[in-house]
Amino acid sequence: MSIRPEPNFDEMLEADGSIRPAYRKYHAWFEAQNPALMRHKDKEAEGLFRRTGITFNVYGDSAAEERLIPFDMVPRIVTGAEWRKLSRGIEQRVRALNAFMHDMYHRQEIVRSGRLPVRLFTDNDAWLPQMVGFTPPGGVYTHIVGIDLVRTGPDEFMVLEDNARTPSGVSYMLENRETMMAMFPELFAHIPVRPVSDYPSRLANSLAACAPDCAADQPVVAVLTPGIYNSAYFEHAFLADQMGAELVEGGDLRVVDGRVQMRTTAGYQPIDVLYRRVDDEFLDPLTFNPTSLLGVPGIFDVYRAGGITIANAPGTGIADDKAIYSFMPEIVEFYTGERPLLPNVPTWRCAEPDSLAYVLDNIAELVVKEVHGSGGYGMLVGPTSSKREIAEFTKKLTARPGNYIAQPTLALSTVPIFTRAGLAPRHVDLRPFVLVSPNGVDITPGGLTRVALKQGSLVVNSSQGGGTKDSWVLDD
Amino acid sequence: MLGRTANSIFWLYRYMERAENTARLLEAGFRMALTRGVDAANEEWRSVITTLGHTTTYEAQYSEYSGIQVCNFVLRDSANSLSVFAMIEHARSNARLSRTSITAEVWEAINECWMRLKDVLARPVREANLGDVLAAIRRETTLVRGATYGSMLRNDIYHFARAGTFIERADNTARILDVKYYLLLPSLAYVGSSLDSGQWDTVLRSLSAERAYRWLNAGRMDPRGMAEFLILDHRFPRGLAFCYAELGLHIASLARLHGHESQCNTLLSAAEARMEAATIEGIFDSGLHEFLVGFIAGNQAIADAIALDYRFTE
Repeated sequence: MSIRPEPNFDEMLEADGSIRPAYRKYHAWFEAQNPALMRHKDKEAEGLFRRTGITFNVYGDSAAEERLIPFDMVPRIVTGAEWRKLSRGIEQRVRALNAFMHDMYHRQEIVRSGRLPVRLFTDNDAWLPQMVGFTPPGGVYTHIVGIDLVRTGPDEFMVLEDNARTPSGVSYMLENRETMMAMFPELFAHIPVRPVSDYPSRLANSLAACAPDCAADQPVVAVLTPGIYNSAYFEHAFLADQMGAELVEGGDLRVVDGRVQMRTTAGYQPIDVLYRRVDDEFLDPLTFNPTSLLGVPGIFDVYRAGGITIANAPGTGIADDKAIYSFMPEIVEFYTGERPLLPNVPTWRCAEPDSLAYVLDNIAELVVKEVHGSGGYGMLVGPTSSKREIAEFTKKLTARPGNYIAQPTLALSTVPIFTRAGLAPRHVDLRPFVLVSPNGVDITPGGLTRVALKQGSLVVNSSQGGGTKDSWVLDD
Repeated sequence: MLGRTANSIFWLYRYMERAENTARLLEAGFRMALTRGVDAANEEWRSVITTLGHTTTYEAQYSEYSGIQVCNFVLRDSANSLSVFAMIEHARSNARLSRTSITAEVWEAINECWMRLKDVLARPVREANLGDVLAAIRRETTLVRGATYGSMLRNDIYHFARAGTFIERADNTARILDVKYYLLLPSLAYVGSSLDSGQWDTVLRSLSAERAYRWLNAGRMDPRGMAEFLILDHRFPRGLAFCYAELGLHIASLARLHGHESQCNTLLSAAEARMEAATIEGIFDSGLHEFLVGFIAGNQAIADAIALDYRFTE
């Protein structure tokens, strides 16, 4: 095979070109395959996805209303030992996030102790005054969390972002695995890979465990979607289907007798747990955005009265803000009393004058991100930007420094993808999915690997040319 | 199940049924064009547009009725919001809206139907490939029906699906019969006369009934007998009596599942009783056209009652 490792960490190849343990079995299998057949399989994968309708909608792109996220058929593999270590770090972080949110909506000890500046929530739209003094059923704020990780070395995983509102992508994790098993059943016969397919039932159990006291023995769970035109509609329908839950829209719901109820063919029926895929501000037109047609008028009052569980809880956005992110090491220590097992990516807060000066001096080497931005928009990747782009961005940065953070351009790890010329290394990240309930923290082995398909690119977002891969945790 | 989902399922199957019936109608016209003179064929194409209720939108664009132009208008014209392709798209949208209520097999059959027809109808249809296009529509819609029949639980979802199918089919059969008869019979005096049997043949072909009718009647083309067959015979699956017998079973099941009968059951029982008591002589005496117009309105009332009884909308 004619591929050489790049200077960054390659997850398959050692510096001398030999194969790392995680990939040994896979690589041996791959080498034995007929290249023409593999090219044929690669084409077949797209057909499989189109037929099953796993597509995402792109806003403002009417010609290609439904698009596929490109799928790469080479799995991303981590060993069982690597995963166990990662899991401990993820669990610690998720516990800290929940404790932090409880604190932010109660005594705010972390602010009183001087470890977190008060401006971080007073200036933050994601902090909801309506949640103050209220504890959600079971004490859980983030029922579903996605922790975005990047890797820079054999033992170096870092957290790039915490997704504590409504992390998406889990349907791709599941469908990627299904597709791989359909395409290469023999692989799974020879290599022990930890399964992910029970995620929907684990999600259903986890949500049911968070039901309010008024719920029946078998809590009624429903998934709330903004509707068919939402970019993640497929995932909403997929999860509801897999959980055996109703997929509801705002128009199906109303408050009847102090409960949130859905209009069924036999009349209104109460919902105990609402897994909502609608943003906070659209949830209740009486409490938040009065023009919203996506939510349920009065749901917030029912929520505060203990009549329904909303997952994730409103106001969790406070924890996936990039300004808060930069304080996560302090947050983890404050609530767990332990050193963080998973480090953050080093981050400069441009709100602080010294940091801002450093960032301005080194902007061509850094990645600068908007504090409230997401999806790879509103950011500057210094090393790949033109002088003009940097100059324009500098203007925005100096006008509102508090709106930005900066991070070094990381040498993200690469994993092989399949190309016409054979395997080639590309940069990746990893989003494991974490479920939280009073019964504990449950992490599905693997997650969603996003891959920058363009050679050298570091942007893995699907809205900007990224693809996905099946992610394997070896059962060793 | 959600009222909104019941609505989507009901319409998903209405659209699938109408798309399929429209293809049948074109097939009959196509055959007419091959076997008759130009004038007869153009009259036939006009009747296709009339039956589908497209006259206004069609005449806004075109001044004459030629075969391939009508076919393209009916199959794929973007000015026609109820083209066959638009109906398949509506069906697929409804399937997406109710994905949690249909099996993966049904969803994939509908999605593949949409992909295949999108491909087949990407370019204007020509005489040379019209037959293939129509065959593709029939095959794809048949696969959806097969997936539905073979993979869906026999629960409320299935009953709404089948109710939608038979409401739509009854409507389509009644409309086809009404328009064809009206065109073929300038006055009722012609009933029983020996008109060109080829024209009567298209009435049957439009409903894929020609073989069944011929088989049962040893090849005799009798307009009154044909009407009786299409309206009152319980054996013919596109006939009105058959549709209502099936519809009756499914809405009776819905009533049982919901614990009580509703307005739609009452309306259907009355309609079935009328049909049971009717004779073809009686229908012709008081006017076939009047009978069919009354039937279509009654059918619509049953569909409205189902939507209301089962809370399709708020």
